[in-house]
Amino acid sequence: MSTPKDFIAGVDSDQRRSPTRVVFVTRRTSAQVKVAREDEMQTYPGVLFRAALAIELLAILLVVVSLFFNAPLEGIADPTHTPNPAKAPWYFLGLQELLHYFPPVVAGVLVPTMLIVSLIVIPYFNINIEAQGLFLKDRTRRLNIFYSATAGLILFLVFFHVYVAIAPSIIVAIAMLIGANSTLQSPSRWRRYLASKPFAYWIMTWFLFELIVLTAVGTWFRGPGWSWVLPWRS
Amino acid sequence: MTTKTTRTDQLIEQVRDSRVWRSVFRSGSGNSTLHRALAIQQNVFLHLFSAKVRKRMVSFSATWYLGTLTLGTFLILVVTGILLMLYYHPSVPQAYADMKDLQFVVSSGLFLRNLHRWSAQLMVFLVFAHMFKVFYRGAYRTPREFNWVIGIVLLLITLLLSYTGYLLPWDQLAFWAITVGSNISSAVPIVGSKIHFLLLGGNQVNANALLRFYVLHCVVLPLTAIVFIAIHFWRIRKDGGLYVQQSEPRPASPVVSAPVAPLPAKEAK
Repeated sequence: MSTPKDFIAGVDSDQRRSPTRVVFVTRRTSAQVKVAREDEMQTYPGVLFRAALAIELLAILLVVVSLFFNAPLEGIADPTHTPNPAKAPWYFLGLQELLHYFPPVVAGVLVPTMLIVSLIVIPYFNINIEAQGLFLKDRTRRLNIFYSATAGLILFLVFFHVYVAIAPSIIVAIAMLIGANSTLQSPSRWRRYLASKPFAYWIMTWFLFELIVLTAVGTWFRGPGWSWVLPWRS
Repeated sequence: MTTKTTRTDQLIEQVRDSRVWRSVFRSGSGNSTLHRALAIQQNVFLHLFSAKVRKRMVSFSATWYLGTLTLGTFLILVVTGILLMLYYHPSVPQAYADMKDLQFVVSSGLFLRNLHRWSAQLMVFLVFAHMFKVFYRGAYRTPREFNWVIGIVLLLITLLLSYTGYLLPWDQLAFWAITVGSNISSAVPIVGSKIHFLLLGGNQVNANALLRFYVLHCVVLPLTAIVFIAIHFWRIRKDGGLYVQQSEPRPASPVVSAPVAPLPAKEAK
């Protein structure tokens, strides 16, 4: 081998971890290892024991609940007698609430399909990879887009009378605005937190808020003819 | 740790070292790291998991044990579901009569149904909670993308399991919830009414629908779920274990560098 080597050999000296590892570092590359070494634990028996403990505590909780609360059972199914309102299971009541405002092809087909597709593609777009605060870069342009998007969304919701979906949108928008007007050096921990949150975080949080509010409204605040009722007044 | 070995301990050791025991559990007795690793690797179910886990990931705050608890509800549902099947006929109107029997005739029948019902509700909730927790930790990122997709599939299977089970009591609540839900499928453009008919085995919720939902709920969907749960667990191991936040490049995290021979002064820039 007469040609000069293009690398310098370095040896990791930690024998416990890598007794024979030789690191070759070519020019203009860093040999920095970006994984912090940390303690590990054997799955058997430690982790399995904890998992079993968690499941047993859960089982105890469920047994206690089942002893004191009975599962609902109404009269036998009667196709000639429609209850008012007829409600889907609780986890679909958010969608049923949307059915109240939009035609079935939108609320029942388009929205769920779009939700599932967007959940699936989340990791395949470089969403949240750098996890950089939304307004830390390109602030003015992003703020303008944010204002128009929020105004557009709220006008859209008002146009279709989806008033219940407005409150969560406004709460998330306010949190985003506080984030936009905070820096990572802010003395308040809460503001540092908001400032550091990326776009994907805000979208998901908005989705979570809407999910909770729409499901709660569908479950407790809807009476005969899907009219607005107060659960404590019935 | 007690160093004193009791008679019981000795007996357990003897059993674990016996030929029959060793033929079943090949790792044998012993508490060495190797034995513990083998206990995972040589078990058809446990080998889905990695032999070691980062200590930080076992802490409650890392995952809130949401995935584990979801598995817990699933296990409870399988056990209670099989027991409920012993008392249930998927026919009209016998299905409803069976509900009444469970309530008033079968020993602990009401408790059994309660446990199944509340576990099912909790499982739907836990699956959603697990999904959001994984998202907010950023644990879906490369190389774990595909496991996230499997998680979405499991979310859909869970919803379908819960939905098909909802019809089985054959009471007013069940009947009309399924009517409302299945009507949505008619809204699919062009093939909507065909899908609706396929789902219910008729144009409205009837005895055929009950039988179809029963088969889906007790056979098709649970088996599908088990397959996907297995893949989900196995992928955790294959994708490098549970996600650790600080394994990503982060300015504040302590970085351990491999010691490298210093560059000769001439070549260093």
